[in-house]
Amino acid sequence: MASLKRRAKRIAFYGAVAAFCFFAASPFLFMLTTMFRQDRDLYRVGKDSLFFKLPPTLDHLRLLFFDTNYTTYLQNSFFIGVLVVVITLIIAIPAAYSLARLTGRWGEQAGILVFLVYLVPPTLLFIPLFQVVVKLGLNNTLWSLVLVYPTITIPFCTWLLMGFFKSIPRDLEEQAMVDGYSRITAFLRVVMPLSLSGVIAVVVFTFALTLHEFIYALTFVSASDQRTISVGVPTELIRGDVFFWQSLLAAAVIVAIPVAIVYSFFLDRLVAGFTGGAVKG
Amino acid sequence: MRVPGLRGGVRVQLRYLLDREGLLGPLMLLPAIIYILALVGFPLVLAIAYSLSDVTAGDTSLDNFVGLDNFSRIIKRPEFRRALQNTILFVVVSQVLIIVLATTLAQILSQDFRGKAVVRFLIILPWAAPIALGTIAWLWLLDSEFSPIDLILRELHLLGPAGLLGRDAILGTDTNLVWLGRERLTMASVIMVHVWRLLPLSTVILLAALTTIPRDVLDQAEVDGAGFWRTLFQIKIPLILPIMGIAILFGMILTAGDMAVVYNLTRGGPVYYTQVLPTWSFFIGIEGGSLAQGAAVALFLLPLLLVVTILVLRLARRSEVT
Repeated sequence: MASLKRRAKRIAFYGAVAAFCFFAASPFLFMLTTMFRQDRDLYRVGKDSLFFKLPPTLDHLRLLFFDTNYTTYLQNSFFIGVLVVVITLIIAIPAAYSLARLTGRWGEQAGILVFLVYLVPPTLLFIPLFQVVVKLGLNNTLWSLVLVYPTITIPFCTWLLMGFFKSIPRDLEEQAMVDGYSRITAFLRVVMPLSLSGVIAVVVFTFALTLHEFIYALTFVSASDQRTISVGVPTELIRGDVFFWQSLLAAAVIVAIPVAIVYSFFLDRLVAGFTGGAVKG
Repeated sequence: MRVPGLRGGVRVQLRYLLDREGLLGPLMLLPAIIYILALVGFPLVLAIAYSLSDVTAGDTSLDNFVGLDNFSRIIKRPEFRRALQNTILFVVVSQVLIIVLATTLAQILSQDFRGKAVVRFLIILPWAAPIALGTIAWLWLLDSEFSPIDLILRELHLLGPAGLLGRDAILGTDTNLVWLGRERLTMASVIMVHVWRLLPLSTVILLAALTTIPRDVLDQAEVDGAGFWRTLFQIKIPLILPIMGIAILFGMILTAGDMAVVYNLTRGGPVYYTQVLPTWSFFIGIEGGSLAQGAAVALFLLPLLLVVTILVLRLARRSEVT
């Protein structure tokens, strides 16, 4: 009886696991297979049209890599991502440390305020920011995105790192300062090495955000060679009513898989990042 | 001529200044504050100023104050009510689904089982694809003619001319559902895609929360004979409530402010069945060039977000005290 019950539990458990995996990942299975299908093979409605009937082809990948700006978009997104990560770290690390250690009572209030800033969505700001970008002469260049993305990442990352810094015992720095370190050296030599998980969480989060962001990228940049993948791919591969399906799906999956590998590699640290920020913040 | 004493003096003075925490604290915070004031604070004020004026893409001078004209004109348009309703529906339904599914999934992933690393990778995939491109993949899956989902439903005899046991198929006798062409189904599709892409994020946050529950609390519950549901609702959920609040808050803000899914999946259509405030604001403000009205539409989000934020922060704080 008991073993029967346990068995039923196991089946229910793995059934749920399978259902979630199917929901999350089956679109990617489609992308991976569809990108190699010939047009005549894809546009069929018959019973077996889920499966290859004609031999697979690399034509659509060739189109994506050689006849569109896809590689430029990848470069642009990467370039923007790296710069935004650097800006975010330079500004958010000192701010978070200051809020966690140096500003006392009003620092806590300021911390909540920073968190609230993160909650202002881009949809509220894109129209005025577009005008700001135009006035600065940055419209139609990817520099506009380098300038604007930190407005999303700095508040969130400051809040996240603040939680990390708070979770490190004060005694460690104070001991270092008694030993003759200044506040800044103590921070760099003692606190930073212990906060590596937090910094990694920030880097992953920031980079991912620049890859995902859509509304600013759509609004500020219309020159094709300055676009990011999020906006560049749909605008170039959907021409009026004509969808280059296989190339579109390839473009998505080629980015998704490496990013997902990085994510699952750092998942534990990201998880630590969220609890650090949320519990102590 | 070198004056070593002087240089040393300056250095000592600098070091003395940097060791004064009252000064160092604000100094380290300053760059962040300047950035936020210049590129969040100022644009927010500008958005309000725009909404009270008649600026357009062609004439961006703010010299014409029109009061609340833009707002009253927007409220009178039939699309407004629909967009507001859609936004609320979109936010509430997807959040309920996400939180239920994410709690379940986080429970699963907090256990040890074989193949967990692969499962984690698969689960996180939707959050790894740039959302615009992920949505376009769904555009194919929901295609009005070639939809693979329809095909599978037809194979299962749930759709199409051939039903089960001689009866009509439960999803209709047409060969296709036309996911993105029918009023309710389109909204359901938008919600489904959004749940798909946001589920990994909420799961990660809730997983983080579950790992903070001390092991001995759960062991004690087991010793006391608490079953699965009892442990879930009376121990786990109360303990993770503050973080769950944060997850809900993130989810709601990301949903209410989202434009990528709706824009790429339906462009707010057909008609304005899936128009939400962000997309409508984009169409009026950027594509239509009427910056003032676009800004006004977006500002309708502000009170909604404010209410949500206050509620959740209260919830988080209250459960922190107890």
